[in-house]
Amino acid sequence: MKSNGSPSAMLEGDGLAAVRGRAQLFANVGFRVDACQTLFVTGPNGSGKTTLLRMLAGLSTPTVGIIRWMGNTVAPFDARLREDVAFAGHLPALKDELSAIENLVVLAALGGEKVTTEQALLALDRVALSRQRTLPARVLSQGQRRRIGLARLALVNKPLWILDEPTTALDSDGVALLTTLLCQHLDANGCAVVATHQPLSVPRFANLALA
Amino acid sequence: MAASIESAPAASVQGAVLPAVAWALARDLKISLRSKAELGIQLLFYVIVVTLFPLATTPERSLLAAIGPGVLWVAALLASLLSLSRLFAADHADGTLEQMALSPWPLPALVSGKIAAHWLTTGLPIVLLAPLLSAQYALERDAMWILTAALLIGTPILSLLGGIGAALTLGLRGGGTLLALLVLPLYVPILIFGAGSVDAVRAGFSAGPHLSLLGAGLLVALVGAPFAAAAAVRVALD
Repeated sequence: MKSNGSPSAMLEGDGLAAVRGRAQLFANVGFRVDACQTLFVTGPNGSGKTTLLRMLAGLSTPTVGIIRWMGNTVAPFDARLREDVAFAGHLPALKDELSAIENLVVLAALGGEKVTTEQALLALDRVALSRQRTLPARVLSQGQRRRIGLARLALVNKPLWILDEPTTALDSDGVALLTTLLCQHLDANGCAVVATHQPLSVPRFANLALA
Repeated sequence: MAASIESAPAASVQGAVLPAVAWALARDLKISLRSKAELGIQLLFYVIVVTLFPLATTPERSLLAAIGPGVLWVAALLASLLSLSRLFAADHADGTLEQMALSPWPLPALVSGKIAAHWLTTGLPIVLLAPLLSAQYALERDAMWILTAALLIGTPILSLLGGIGAALTLGLRGGGTLLALLVLPLYVPILIFGAGSVDAVRAGFSAGPHLSLLGAGLLVALVGAPFAAAAAVRVALD
């Protein structure tokens, strides 16, 4: 169903509210994200950044309000949204039993992307993990585990990135890498919603502050 | 060696049910086989429970043959239950379940693959061990084969129904105990028809009706359980 959303907006939120127990986290949150644009979600701890991002990824239902993706109103787990979203939350989705490269191939496959070992190796090389490719994920450091997540974002070809605190546990090189990947993604007509305390330098962005 | 089984086979995966089942099955089998100790513990539990009964009761052959099928079934139930809490819990804890639910693959298909892997790693060994273990109960040859056949049809139902329970209790404190309370009553019909099939053969009747009912139960569970479990997974993530 085409709706009255703005014509060029990729992702739109309208009148979103979240209630956890009896506490209202936020209410009447509205925004739009265009192609090539990043929306930074900021706010103090407990202001509902993660909750908002999970709603946008289609993992949880807004108490009130609607979310539009490409002009279509989407419900949680909507097939159109699942086809297009890459969500990186607090949990890394890595299996301790599998090696770095196996984890990466599994994650890319879950994203619906057919990936060869060579492609996965290249992606690991980009995040400076090619030496650790055969190590089981359980021996990798937090930052290295995060880097596998970055390699996955680079591998799967999704127009919408939803990143929750992507700079956590990353060193300065890692943050620079994240910024590069994000810029490339935006250059390729992608858009992103990022909850972060640390500003990333991208060309076009908007801010959404949760109280 | 890494990518051979995990690569997604199709460009558009929205309706790709069978590849999704196969992919999830291969992934879970690979992970299970990397942690063999857990599999071994659960099988050993089954063997020990089955072995305890002849020691605790009586060496009288007729009595042993009477209780044998029931004991094997109850032990299979408990062994299946023991590993059920792991079915989704690990993937829930490390975030894989989120990625599965957000994946373009159909979630019920991914869930089916996981349940199939659970059966292959826990149910199938139970079935294969049954002829060996039933020797302790002096079961006649016919009865032994019927018991094995009943287990072969019945244990996948245990995994399928258990999958719903495991998904429903995701993220709950004390979920393991609640899972047992939730799932064991659902297992009762399987237990009755499974053990009943052997009793029928020993009494000189055909085991056909019991096995047919078990088969019907398996078909219903095969069709319904993946959807129910997938819905429960989505609720748990919300």
